[in-house]
Amino acid sequence: MIKIENLTKRYGTKYALSGISFTVNKGEIVGFLGPNGAGKSTTMNILTGYLSFTDGRVEVDGLDVLDFPAEAKKSIGYLPEQPPLYPEMTVTEYLNFVYDLKGCTLNKKKHIAEILEVVKLTDVKNRVIANLSKGYKQRVGIGQALVGNPKVIILDEPTVGLDPRQVVEIRNLIRTLGLDHTVILSTHVLQEVQAVCDRIIIINKGKIAADRRTEDIAAAVAGNRRMSVKICGPVKEVLQTLRGLPGILSAESVGNLDADSTTYVVECENGIDVRKPLFAVLARNNWPMLGLEAADANLEDVFLTLTEKTADARTKKKRGKAEK
Amino acid sequence: MLAVFKRDLASYFTTPIGYVFMAIFLAVNGGVFSMFTLQAGLDSSVGSYFTAMIFALTVVIPLLTMKSFSEEKKQRTEQLLMTSPISLGGMVFGKFLAAYTVFAGTFLLGCLNFTALYKFSYEDKPNGGVLLGSTVAVLLIGGAFVAIGIFVSSLTENQFIAAIGTIAVMGLFLVVGFFNAYIPVAWLREALSWLSIYSRFGNFTYGIFDFNAILYYASISFVFLFLTVRIYEKRRWA
Repeated sequence: MIKIENLTKRYGTKYALSGISFTVNKGEIVGFLGPNGAGKSTTMNILTGYLSFTDGRVEVDGLDVLDFPAEAKKSIGYLPEQPPLYPEMTVTEYLNFVYDLKGCTLNKKKHIAEILEVVKLTDVKNRVIANLSKGYKQRVGIGQALVGNPKVIILDEPTVGLDPRQVVEIRNLIRTLGLDHTVILSTHVLQEVQAVCDRIIIINKGKIAADRRTEDIAAAVAGNRRMSVKICGPVKEVLQTLRGLPGILSAESVGNLDADSTTYVVECENGIDVRKPLFAVLARNNWPMLGLEAADANLEDVFLTLTEKTADARTKKKRGKAEK
Repeated sequence: MLAVFKRDLASYFTTPIGYVFMAIFLAVNGGVFSMFTLQAGLDSSVGSYFTAMIFALTVVIPLLTMKSFSEEKKQRTEQLLMTSPISLGGMVFGKFLAAYTVFAGTFLLGCLNFTALYKFSYEDKPNGGVLLGSTVAVLLIGGAFVAIGIFVSSLTENQFIAAIGTIAVMGLFLVVGFFNAYIPVAWLREALSWLSIYSRFGNFTYGIFDFNAILYYASISFVFLFLTVRIYEKRRWA
């Protein structure tokens, strides 16, 4: 449905995107993940025809966006980072305007009514947009992207600034949309992509750092598990014992909150459950364990895990060369 | 194009700006009219009224155009327009036409003043040719000014700067030939008065329908609308 080849965007001498390539198939929900300034919005702006690009090729629904800009734009619905709303219009007026703007040929009244139902705006359809709350405005923005029933829907950070209940609602909505649309969304919230997307593309510094299915990312994150353990006992000896346990890659003390206990962060090898031997060895030494929890994987961890692998391979290669 | 035109036209009257523009324009128009025609000797010559109106336009037209693109930029709604299937030319022309419709409508409404001339001037009845010719000329000059305003508003997201910038550019086109008496270079004098919107207007007040001037005014509109399209193209490729 979407095909991007070697896409490059340069501002002067600075590269916003340096040669990214990926394809999105029909019916997929793809998440763009990356820190701020990574190139997510730039990629989306190029896909939707708001920006042009320096080099490469972009195809939407089999049409090159440079050769057939109007047709390509017709098959895309876009919610930019800041929803493009006219505050003085009512919700219905606004959606009608978007309908005319996109030159749609569906049954106007019925179509707009359907969209209002889908994004749950029917109650406020005659209110002026300026008076709506942020969550409602965001929904008007999503509704706008649905006008004309486009094959591809692109959402730039659709849940930023919403309260937790609205976030859940919007995520559910996106999942529903994914049933009969191709959806691309960007976010810097890991849980969001895990909850919604089939596939995750991680962008960093204008390059694709990873392009995996969501399950694989979850596995990669789960790869080396980190746990934080709270133990009463002499720090030096506890650390020694922890490091001596099979399956534990590293152990660090991260400070003591109470007088007599210390918290340690322990990194374990993939696939080995060290909890039982850990408990046994601590019990034998009479060092009570006060707490044990898995340290949550966050975006940085995913990043590190996924980018470190390539970095590791590189350093290993270098080392190998040096040894020779 | 039609969608943008309709939305912009409606937005003039769902926000106060359209009413404010009409009120100020009609007040200025009426004041200028009574001062330069009925009060000034009760004859039916309208030349100085139209000339004064051109200068009045530089103050009122920015009210109409200052938000045109600057507000779209500020609200990020230009992203919606630029990712929709309409062409940049359609987008710019739709906006121009909306602002122009409000201007032309208000000006034509102000032309009702002319009935007073037929009723109250003692000596001769007004010259219908001069009235018609000058009205057409002012409508075209207004078009050029609206296009200038649209262009300037595409350069900034600050409405105030857009308004001031528009007044500056329009003023330049009006006064460009005024200081010719102090310029010793003949070709420069000629070039400046060629550029001047004001110096071309004189003929209309004498009842001469100057096609060159008409063409010139229309070209200014075209050039500035074209430049606006180019600004947006350039921004896309930046």
